[in-house]
Amino acid sequence: MNYAVLVPMLAFLVIIFFIGYWSSRKLSASSNFISDYFLGGRELGGFVLAMTMVATYGSASSFLGGPGTAYTMGFGWVLLAMAQVVTGYFVLMILGKKYAIMARRYKAVTMIDFLKARYNSTIVVLLSAFSIIVFLFSAMAAQWIGGARLVESLTGLSYNSALFLFAISVLVYVTIGGFRAVALTDAVQGAVMLVGTLVLLIAVIIAGGGIPNIVNDLINENPNLVTPYGADGNLTAAYVSSFWILVGVGVVGLPQIAVRAMSYKNSRSMHRALIIGTIVTGFIMLNMHLIGVFARPVMPGIEIGDKVIPLIALETLPPWVAGIVLAAPMAAIMSTVDSLLLLVSSSIVKDVYLNYIKPDATMKTIKQISFGVTGILGIIVFLLALNPPELLIFLNLFAFGGLEAAFIWPIVLGLYWKWGNKYGAMASMATGIFSYIVIHFYNIENGNLFGVHTVTVPVLLSLAAFITFSLLIDRKAYRYNTIK
Amino acid sequence: MEETDWRFKIAHREALIGVGLALFNFIWWFGFAYGLGSRPVEEYSYIFGLPDWFFYSCIVGFLLICVLVIVIVKFFFTAVPFDEEEEL
Repeated sequence: MNYAVLVPMLAFLVIIFFIGYWSSRKLSASSNFISDYFLGGRELGGFVLAMTMVATYGSASSFLGGPGTAYTMGFGWVLLAMAQVVTGYFVLMILGKKYAIMARRYKAVTMIDFLKARYNSTIVVLLSAFSIIVFLFSAMAAQWIGGARLVESLTGLSYNSALFLFAISVLVYVTIGGFRAVALTDAVQGAVMLVGTLVLLIAVIIAGGGIPNIVNDLINENPNLVTPYGADGNLTAAYVSSFWILVGVGVVGLPQIAVRAMSYKNSRSMHRALIIGTIVTGFIMLNMHLIGVFARPVMPGIEIGDKVIPLIALETLPPWVAGIVLAAPMAAIMSTVDSLLLLVSSSIVKDVYLNYIKPDATMKTIKQISFGVTGILGIIVFLLALNPPELLIFLNLFAFGGLEAAFIWPIVLGLYWKWGNKYGAMASMATGIFSYIVIHFYNIENGNLFGVHTVTVPVLLSLAAFITFSLLIDRKAYRYNTIK
Repeated sequence: MEETDWRFKIAHREALIGVGLALFNFIWWFGFAYGLGSRPVEEYSYIFGLPDWFFYSCIVGFLLICVLVIVIVKFFFTAVPFDEEEEL
């Protein structure tokens, strides 16, 4: 076992635990448990808000899978990754002030609360809760597997023990600390990612003998590596550009991101978060993917993409520095997982239980149920990740694109288009999810439809469905100014 | 006839700015990447060791967007209260 790598990582976990504990003490003094547990009492400042968005969004794929693909594809994949710079400002500018004002008026704590108040429809609520629970649950399980693989490759523990260690760490602090713990630990994790990627990038450049040298090696190996078209020349402009929808503007429709846009304290923290979020997202994505490309001449012949970052860190850095730097992907995975965990449990407790099963539950019951559901969900994910069933992997494929196709228009047009109504929302969600699944299978069989990523067409179809059904059935202008 | 909440006018304008900035960002990113990057590799020039298309599209593009976001937020975004009763 590599203790020099392990000790800094464990130190990192201890700090995270401490923050969870500290948040739990603040939580027990709270007068509004629901808003505090699931939303941190709407008091996030600019820095924490920006970091929690970056950390939630920057998942296992940005830190392990993404750089691994850049290693194989070359600069073309870094170009694709840079489509994510737009998320840094776009989500907060679009949802921005109107979403914050409306969420407060509606007293919304979850994205579904917002949809419920806007569309006043049980079907919309249940459809949304169902999609969130099924898709995010699968996405979460996939992240746990990634986390466990990372711990496994670093420590030499067995996969099961690694998963256990990872699961316990996440569960303890989410269960006790709630959203504030998640947001604050995200801030720490975001900072670790920021520094970690910079250190690793510099180490790789030095190991490769400088950038011109590395680029020369790449050209000698395969000139396509330095073009925007990828190693085999199969990254087309249309395909790469369509990622602007999946990882750029479409992110507005992801529930775990949208819920964060309700949690800011005031417009000043929103403004700061805009600036910090843009800089940090771009910086991390640029560095991380460049590391992937630059790693190629330094360590040729890595077969499994997910291992590029751990291997290159262990190769180019002193062990204890590698431990700190590898805490970055660990941080990314943990912070994605904890947000998803909280979101799924809020959907169950808040959107289903409190809305339809027991609206008059006492504070004490709500508390017990929130802790209980969060804990039980964690245990179920753990059991599923031990031996991932086919269905889970299958559902995870649809998670992000499917959710974006389902939610982007009900949220965005719900905010800005007064003719939007519940029929439009239902049609849009159904069309989004259904067409996403159909096109997914079509693309596997026949190659990408129109040469773009799977998510593109469903997003357009669900827009058409939203507008058509809103105008055709029960057309009535929504009045934003008056609250029932 | 009801008045539109004054804060919504600001919110709508800022959302439009967001859309505009994203469009600008896309055009810059796309233009340099495929405008310069479509030449044969032998004709590439290199800036700080990086291929020119990548340097302008991703590095300069990213820095430019950061500057634009800062300028837009500082000079064109207006602080508004979020709570109904909150004083600014």
